[in-house]
Amino acid sequence: MAAISLTVNGKPIRAEVEDRTLLVHFLREHLHLTGTHVGCDTSQCGACVVHVNGRAMKSCTMFVAQADGEEIVTVEGLSGEGKLHPVQAAFQEHHALQCGFCTPGMIMTAVDMLKRHPHPDEETIRRELEGNFCRCTGYLNIIKAIGAASRAI
Amino acid sequence: MYTAQFRYFRPADLGEAEALFRAGSDARFLAGGQSLIPAMKQRLASPSELIDISRIAALSFIRRERERLVIGAATKHANVAASGDVQASIPALAALAGMIGDPAVRHRGTIGGSIANNDPAADYPAGVLALDATIATNMRKIPAENFFTGMFATALEPGEIVTEVAFPLPRRAGYAKFPNPASRYAMPGVFVADFGHAVRVGVTGAAACVYRATELETALAHRFAAGALDGSAVDPAELASDLFASAEYRAHLVKIMAQRAVRACDG
Ligand SMILES: Cc1cc2nc3c(=O)[nH]c(=O)nc-3n(C[C@H](O)[C@H](O)[C@H](O)COP(=O)(O)OP(=O)(O)OC[C@H]3O[C@@H](n4cnc5c(N)ncnc54)[C@H](O)[C@@H]3O)c2cc1C
Ligand code: FES
Ligand code: FES
Repeated sequence: MAAISLTVNGKPIRAEVEDRTLLVHFLREHLHLTGTHVGCDTSQCGACVVHVNGRAMKSCTMFVAQADGEEIVTVEGLSGEGKLHPVQAAFQEHHALQCGFCTPGMIMTAVDMLKRHPHPDEETIRRELEGNFCRCTGYLNIIKAIGAASRAI
Repeated sequence: MYTAQFRYFRPADLGEAEALFRAGSDARFLAGGQSLIPAMKQRLASPSELIDISRIAALSFIRRERERLVIGAATKHANVAASGDVQASIPALAALAGMIGDPAVRHRGTIGGSIANNDPAADYPAGVLALDATIATNMRKIPAENFFTGMFATALEPGEIVTEVAFPLPRRAGYAKFPNPASRYAMPGVFVADFGHAVRVGVTGAAACVYRATELETALAHRFAAGALDGSAVDPAELASDLFASAEYRAHLVKIMAQRAVRACDG
């Protein structure tokens, strides 16, 4: 068992977990933060992307013990006081989701992308989305929404 | 998916990491985990102890010296891609790091993990071999030429930890990759380095292990231009064939990527 202490969406958390607990399992099954999804479970699809110390990472490809002492933000931690984050608002406005399964990972990836590329062109958005799969939308509205969010931020 | 049970350790320094390895029964080092964790989930690997070296501060650095660029083993792909020192001294290496996988993989994966893993389609091995880099470990220094020994195989001994990779500075260099449309791994990737007195060409994602394309090196040493390769033919005999590409198609792509890499040298 590993004793871990970390911050999740601004809240300090301490826990005893099996060493092999993946970060995504810890978030979903221990903290009941089910916004973070498991799509492929093989590091390909990006449905599980969260921020660790401000950088997008696949929480299915990380043990929670590796996040000991770190700051985690999940999709639940993006909006404040009932107000959507500009990227969330843009996804809603531009109809950037259908079933919504990929959406939390898309949004966390987009927020990370806009930190590094505040004004991305379409090619940059496409390249930065290489690790996020969507089986519904065909990506066009996702790309539109991220472009619109970059102008709104 | 759950991995098999193991015990997780996070040593503060190399000495502690070495001691933990000696004390373990089937210990494995963990860096970014972007190759090892997927393998553990598929039960292709089931170490009894994981020794996380990714936060050992002495292993994370990028240092530009007069005649070489030195990168610590635990330095993340994203940090190499974004480094002003790498962009100024070997821009092709920064470009290579920026082409690995996707942003989330680049935020965790490390150069030491990539070369220790030696996936036949990984990007870094092509750059490390073409740039004639030297791999330093906790035990010795290994020239790139002797480091990559076969498919997922290296010269590393059990318990040996890559600490840094030192790259001599080329006059110019370029990398071009045909990404596998599904995995983004190289299919193939070719790194070309011109040192003035010699040209070296490293090829990944084409055979069982990264290799130097000596016939392309000879043609480029004669005249360093994409057109100098027009008459070259890459022999498919030793190349890999799979559902993505036949050996013949890979041979064709090696030449095309080599030409693109030469063109990339000029920016
Ligand atoms: C979706 C996805 C796409 C990817 N695409 C690409 C790609 O396009 N190109 C590419 O090159 N790679 C790709 N990768 C692999 C990625 O680059 C990995 O980061 C890299 O192969 C391994 O580095 P790591 O730090 O994650 O190592 P880990 O997974 O932690 O370790 C890998 C192996 O190296 C050993 N090891 C780690 N560090 C050291 C050290 N310092 N000394 C000795 N042994 C060590 C470990 O024991 C283990 O055996 C991809 C991975 C994923 C998940
Ligand atoms: S569930 Fe993590 S990448 Fe698909
Ligand atoms: S909206 Fe259904 S997978 Fe993207």
